[in-house]
Amino acid sequence: MAAAGLALRGALASGAAVAVRRRGGLWSCLSPLPAAPRRSAAHFAFQPDPAPSAYGQTQKMNLFQSITSALDNALAKDPTAVIFGEDVAFGGVFRCTVGLRDKYGKDRVFNTPLCEQGIVGFGIGVAVAGATAIAEIQFADYIFPAFDQIVNEAAKYRYRSGDLFNCGNLTIRAPWGCVGHGALYHSQSPEAFFAHCPGIKIVIPRSPLQAKGLLLSCIEDKNPCIFFEPKILYRAAVEQVPVEPYNIPLSQAEVLQTGSDVTLVAWGTQVHVIKEVAAMAQEKLGVSCEVIDLRTILPWDTETVCKVLLNGSTAFCCVGHSSQFRIISKLAEGTLCPLIQVTDEYVE
Amino acid sequence: MAAMAALRALRWRLPRTPGPGPARRLSTAEFPSPEEKPQFPGASADFADRLEFIQPNVISGIPVYRVMDRQGHIVSPAEDPQLPKELVLKLYKTMTLLNTMDRILYESQRQGRISFYMTNYGEEGTHVGSAAALDDTDLVFGQYREAGVLMYRGYPLDLFMAQCYGNTSDPGKGRQMPVHYGCRDRHFVTISSPLATQIPQAVGAAYAIKRADANRAVICYFGEGAASEGDAHAGFNFAATLECPIVFFCRNNGYAISTPTSEQYRGDGIAARGPGYGLMSIRVDGNDVFAVYNATKEARRRAVAENQPFLIEAMTYRIGHHSTSDDSSAYRSVDEVNYWDKQDHPISRLRHYMLNRGWWDEEQEKGWRKSSRKMVMEAFEEAERKPKPNPQLLFSDVYREMPPHLRRQRAALERHLQHYGEHYPLEHFEK
Repeated sequence: MAAAGLALRGALASGAAVAVRRRGGLWSCLSPLPAAPRRSAAHFAFQPDPAPSAYGQTQKMNLFQSITSALDNALAKDPTAVIFGEDVAFGGVFRCTVGLRDKYGKDRVFNTPLCEQGIVGFGIGVAVAGATAIAEIQFADYIFPAFDQIVNEAAKYRYRSGDLFNCGNLTIRAPWGCVGHGALYHSQSPEAFFAHCPGIKIVIPRSPLQAKGLLLSCIEDKNPCIFFEPKILYRAAVEQVPVEPYNIPLSQAEVLQTGSDVTLVAWGTQVHVIKEVAAMAQEKLGVSCEVIDLRTILPWDTETVCKVLLNGSTAFCCVGHSSQFRIISKLAEGTLCPLIQVTDEYVE
Repeated sequence: MAAMAALRALRWRLPRTPGPGPARRLSTAEFPSPEEKPQFPGASADFADRLEFIQPNVISGIPVYRVMDRQGHIVSPAEDPQLPKELVLKLYKTMTLLNTMDRILYESQRQGRISFYMTNYGEEGTHVGSAAALDDTDLVFGQYREAGVLMYRGYPLDLFMAQCYGNTSDPGKGRQMPVHYGCRDRHFVTISSPLATQIPQAVGAAYAIKRADANRAVICYFGEGAASEGDAHAGFNFAATLECPIVFFCRNNGYAISTPTSEQYRGDGIAARGPGYGLMSIRVDGNDVFAVYNATKEARRRAVAENQPFLIEAMTYRIGHHSTSDDSSAYRSVDEVNYWDKQDHPISRLRHYMLNRGWWDEEQEKGWRKSSRKMVMEAFEEAERKPKPNPQLLFSDVYREMPPHLRRQRAALERHLQHYGEHYPLEHFEK
């Protein structure tokens, strides 16, 4: 896995740009393609939020830049905080840690050997010793070697010790979801595997603005958090993001649009899809949709979602994984509300 | 592109001398005989012009460092740590108290009083010798058979018992099987059942401690079986590359439950892996408490002074069964066990030493056995009288703050017990 993974990792991050530069020599003998080649098959329209006024000066940032900004704020505020993972020292394959090693020193932003279980285990230890650990798993697809450390160790540290020890200062970041050319092993959304694990928090932002506030909340939260970053948004999503640190509370869903007929729930990239769907439903069918971004997958905001259900939506649609759908469907049993899940039961 | 990358690597390795542009720098004049020395970034050595595989045992067995022979005589006076009498007595009393506690708790499991137990028989020297060589604030990550380390640091008998009983005095709130001790004040991280997970964690803690510049070390215990886990590899490699002040302490006791070392690994034990990771490594006689002490003391000193990890492989023998769920007569002979119990036991070796020095006699031995047994029995009886923790504690500490869904579950349990409590053994639980 490692060799193939490495080759792909490099290709994904910088492949497109390099490919263009390489075109000379033999390439020039080939006849030009009939149309501009489509590198990506994914489609959605990113819908930015308005610039916030509450947190001071804002700056145009894409999602990877807003992550960098959050990490910058975290390192500045907390001298014990360290960032580590594969290739983070030079800025990371997705450029999320650019400039941080130079600014904060190589003992605070450093590469580790290529070993996910080691990265998470190491991060737990950093946190147990009282420092702040920000671990990067290079792709969510490669988080599984660390499954034991996350599920059996990080999630249970406080509980099993009777609160004598904890690793609440640990945050695990990982690029998540599809871009369109990552195929089987650079596209996965593995949050459902962790969504049944008490003791950890799972957060997935929909935008640069959300990403910074939620990531800072994860880093400051006293429970181990997994922060999945929709990698298609790294460059595609641009918003005005405050330069100063700010927090968006965890375990609080956000109602993006109120509606009376159907409730749509999603997280991450899919939020933009359901926003578009809601607009189409209104325009073409005259159906009024409530749109909810769940934001925190565990522990999720049952109150906001249930309130909407009890308010009498006539249908409920969960765009995402069957795990949440099953829970929501259980909650909705008493409401006589038809439920639709827009994902196959067995495709997580 | 690959060629360009190689050239870049070469340039990086060259001394930076002022001169003309890059093309000039790559001339043979300034890069003499690049063919004569491999330039791969991943290794530094010479070319070989003969096909030859490296033998797995480069040296014929890593020797076992010892200070005392089996009769308790110092083999080489230069290696005698010359510990004062009080300290030696403390070592001995901790080892024997541990042995006494083991006998009583093992028996109590057999009588159905506690659910499970793991004895430390035969490995007392590794626990106590290493614990004595550490600073009391050095952070300990154990596996599960290191009760002697905690006992050496003064953990009281009643808390050992409380954990094994899972009663109201258990700091772990009755959530884990017996022998999963933990103590924040004594810097002993709570044991967890999954094997080897503590190894990369200990490395991370050592890294944080190094940054805090606290003149502390981390020690991480594990067995030779756990060393087969991927987490062991991860921990060794991270510790070396990230230059962490940690002592890896492997208790090689011959068995992982029933699996003998011959089926666990094919190389020369665990110490032989050290050089592969870039770790300073040593193999010691784990039944020689002074050898363990010396090795740990020096490893600990250098780990902190030089910010580098050390690996100690302590050779010992698990005289007891793996646990109360195991019967080792199914896979090893009584004669084999008897040899270690009668001929090469760490406690009897230290007792020989003390007798040789005139620091101990039969009468003291009898008196100590009697009083230590009394202490253990008193703590045992007290633990047995205490109730189990309140069932409501099932829901706390999952998160730092209890989220609404757990509050709902806790309330539901409370309602359930109000209605149907008569069907549960609630009289054994704290109200």
